[in-house]
Amino acid sequence: MSNPQKTHAPILKVEHAAISYETRYGDVEAVRDVSFDVHRATTFGVVGESGCGKSTVAFGIVDFLGANGKIVDGSIKFQGRELVGRSDAELRKLRGDQISMVYQDPMQALNPSLTLGDQLTEVLTIHRDISNQEARERSIEMLKRVYMPDAANVMDRYPHQISGGQQQRVVIAMALLNNPALLIMDEPTTALDVTVEAVVLDLIEDLKRDFDTAIVYITHDLGVVARVCNEVGVMYAGEMVEVGSVEKIFGEPLHPYTQGLMRCVPKLGSTKEGSILYPIRGRVPAPKDRPKGACIFAPRCDYATDRCLSEKPGLISYREGHLSRCFYSDEINPEDWSPSSDMISSFSPQETAPAGEPILKIDDLKTYYDQESKSLLSLVGMGEKLHVKAVDKVSLEVPKGKTLGVVGESGCGKSTLAKTIVGLETPRGGTAEFLGFDLSVPVSDRDVKLIQDLQMVFQNPDSTMNPSYTVGQQIGRPLRHLGKMHPSEVKEEVIRLLNAVRLDGSYYKRLPRQLSGGEKQRVGIARAFASQPELVLCDEPVSALDVSVQAAVLNLLLDIQRDHNTTMMFIAHDLSVVRFFSDYVAVMYLGHLVEIGPAENIYSPPYQPYTEALLSAVPIPDPTAEQKHIRLHGTVPSALNPPSGCPFHTRCPRRDLLPDGGKICETEEPPWQYNTEEHRIYCHIPLEELRTFDPVVTSR
Amino acid sequence: MAAAEKASLPKEQQKSRLAKLWDRVSIIFESKVALIGLIIVLFWVFVAIFAPLLTPYTPTEQDYTAQNQPPSRAHPLGTDSLGRDIWARLIYGARVVLVMLPISDTFWLPLGTAIWGVLLGLIVGSTLGLMGGYLGGWVDEVVMRILDAMMAFPVILLYMIIIAAVGASATNVVLAIAIVGIPGIARLVRSLTLDIKTRDYIRAAETRGENVWYIMFVEILPNARGPIIIDAMLRVGYAIFAMGTLGFLGLGMPPPSPDWGSMVAKGRQFILSGSPWAALWPSVAIASLVVGLNLFADGLREESLRYQ
Repeated sequence: MSNPQKTHAPILKVEHAAISYETRYGDVEAVRDVSFDVHRATTFGVVGESGCGKSTVAFGIVDFLGANGKIVDGSIKFQGRELVGRSDAELRKLRGDQISMVYQDPMQALNPSLTLGDQLTEVLTIHRDISNQEARERSIEMLKRVYMPDAANVMDRYPHQISGGQQQRVVIAMALLNNPALLIMDEPTTALDVTVEAVVLDLIEDLKRDFDTAIVYITHDLGVVARVCNEVGVMYAGEMVEVGSVEKIFGEPLHPYTQGLMRCVPKLGSTKEGSILYPIRGRVPAPKDRPKGACIFAPRCDYATDRCLSEKPGLISYREGHLSRCFYSDEINPEDWSPSSDMISSFSPQETAPAGEPILKIDDLKTYYDQESKSLLSLVGMGEKLHVKAVDKVSLEVPKGKTLGVVGESGCGKSTLAKTIVGLETPRGGTAEFLGFDLSVPVSDRDVKLIQDLQMVFQNPDSTMNPSYTVGQQIGRPLRHLGKMHPSEVKEEVIRLLNAVRLDGSYYKRLPRQLSGGEKQRVGIARAFASQPELVLCDEPVSALDVSVQAAVLNLLLDIQRDHNTTMMFIAHDLSVVRFFSDYVAVMYLGHLVEIGPAENIYSPPYQPYTEALLSAVPIPDPTAEQKHIRLHGTVPSALNPPSGCPFHTRCPRRDLLPDGGKICETEEPPWQYNTEEHRIYCHIPLEELRTFDPVVTSR
Repeated sequence: MAAAEKASLPKEQQKSRLAKLWDRVSIIFESKVALIGLIIVLFWVFVAIFAPLLTPYTPTEQDYTAQNQPPSRAHPLGTDSLGRDIWARLIYGARVVLVMLPISDTFWLPLGTAIWGVLLGLIVGSTLGLMGGYLGGWVDEVVMRILDAMMAFPVILLYMIIIAAVGASATNVVLAIAIVGIPGIARLVRSLTLDIKTRDYIRAAETRGENVWYIMFVEILPNARGPIIIDAMLRVGYAIFAMGTLGFLGLGMPPPSPDWGSMVAKGRQFILSGSPWAALWPSVAIASLVVGLNLFADGLREESLRYQ
């Protein structure tokens, strides 16, 4: 990450921009007083939580604000020319030629009924006078530059015929075809798996250098910012609160909000025994409730004084190129920060209890989904039955009171494993036992006692609660249904549960639409814990939440777990969160378990090669950390027809270590090698050799 | 944290119950289309309820001295071929459609024939749709194929078959409206169910061991209510249309009851002889009520979609 060159005039200069949306309740100012410069060959990261106006800024630059949005104040200069107030026709010309945009979901940016070649060449032929043949050649050239394998053939394919990561590469290639001066990327890797994300982020790094392009990179992920950005603007509630180089922002953040954010995020390697996550109290105000004539962060700030409540701070330059919207940035030292008293009592580091007896025992579990083959025979019911092997030969144990984290990319079977345990899917083979109950029984036939003891917390806060019923009704239902509690006692118990998830009694009568995402997730947790379960399955419980809220929910889960000695299975794709939260970690690939053991063993050598690749792909919110550069190529094979032998052999970067380039990986299933009694690895490479690998991450 | 969150209670929470109700109702006034529709519908409901106070005549009272008269002071909309007051017949006719369902000569239920028909169709259609959508598998196949077979019949033909089979009476018209409505309602509810059943709160209910009927009627159905209500309003319009058609074909209420459809049928022979009134007014009545309901439903739907 070299120092950006600032000798040229900025490509994009945004000054005091304010953007409003017209709504039924009058104009809402989504963004106000935002200023930043973006230079050539520089990535400017705009980072912030949801609803902070990041995307509005991006859309404002290209005036894609929709029918009800408009820039009400300030100026946006592109290559010295003012964009605000231009006619649509002029803007369209500018956009197509000089400004390109990459969106979050590549599937929505590509037209499913046109070949990729048609879509790529169109970009060139529409804006310039170029023959089809030449456009095609240049498109292929560009596909090669974004490392698209088999570029010439990809031109004739349709979007659904290539993988998500490749689709995003096509979108990026399309954005670069006109050699734009400015590229705006709005969460371009958020929808992708970590290993794919890592490849795309590498690509963005390379392109910035090769094309000399200025990039505005919008994301909520601090880890991604640390990896690709040179300069960062931190947004909060529609305002830019801190601007500076990436090293400064992460090294010595000036604004209390940025400092708070850094304390919320688990670093890869931080554990619940060794560190604490401190959520930022309160929540992001809605645009219409934002304080006027005061510091916008004051209500949540630990350093707020009367001045902050009566006067609005400007974006002040404290050091060379490092600006902060705070009166006291010179005086605040994040090292001296101590959590307020109410936080200390509840969020102390977790002491490790000795591991108890295994409470959940799974042996050789298989869950398959049937899929009819598309032959004529299957129409009459005689076709060959195909299975999607979503979970295959999984064996694991979870000791009482401990947390097992399950990680893997999408489609690896981690959610199916949870569904099988909870009884929503019926296993095809193997055994699963929990407290003496057989788990191969579907939930409808299960004993009430078993149902009580086995509950689940869901991923999506927006769909975890039924929108038609109040919070009280929804938490009360398991009490009435499972606990057979007398109706008169239910309300009292619900309020006790609400208090346990740090919501007060006034939430009893609220409807889900009156809650924020974090609050909904808390209610979901209260509902799961209502029947006092022994084992709680958490399926990505924080992945849809903002970091500050995520920290609060993780702390809450830890607290409840400690109070009730609950056992948990924590499914997530974020390896830092899993490391922080779990005692044991299981790594899954293509339905198979490939490594399992105590968390500290998983995150240090010996690694299973897939675990190693996953870890080196994780974006770390620390620009100074050294991370091994291992990238997986190719795509995850179909679970309908998994590779023979080791499921990972088609993409394994380490199989060359074996004789014959790892021929044995293709033919024989690897053995389980025991590093310690609890830590085992599913690989042909001898443990001695795996032990010689360097750690993936070394922070300085 | 709880204290801080309490301080920032959403505004909605601090409003009184009345204000909250007003918030819900005020959506109607946001849309001019919905408001116009509502006014038309309310007009007909009003005249139907207060029919006896709004005319000195009864709907069957005949005056042989005043046949086929144009509108006058004595008969605001004129008279028909038997000298009956058209205004009186119209508003008593509206009663059967909108506010009362005569079961026998002496006993009637509140709410009109059209509304009962749609309600009955909703109950059966929603149940079938929920079962097909949520249970899936062979239940879905069987239910949907049977309903598809019903949809293959032209609607009017289906009405005529049913009424011809069971005879013309108010209750049988209700039955016919319900049966004809079931396939459409079931399809709508099924598609809504297919969407809703993928939500996490349904998983939560399943992991709680709730039985399928609880999940279908308590967890899924309330979340499908918006589109169902809008669809039901449109269906009341279609039902009124169907009642008019049946009446016109002589399959509606038995004479001499004031049925809009049969009024058009009777009056149409006199259109060319210079007395179009007996056919014109009931046609206008049917059209305005159906258009009113459609405007209301469309306006509501657009307004509720706009700010989601």
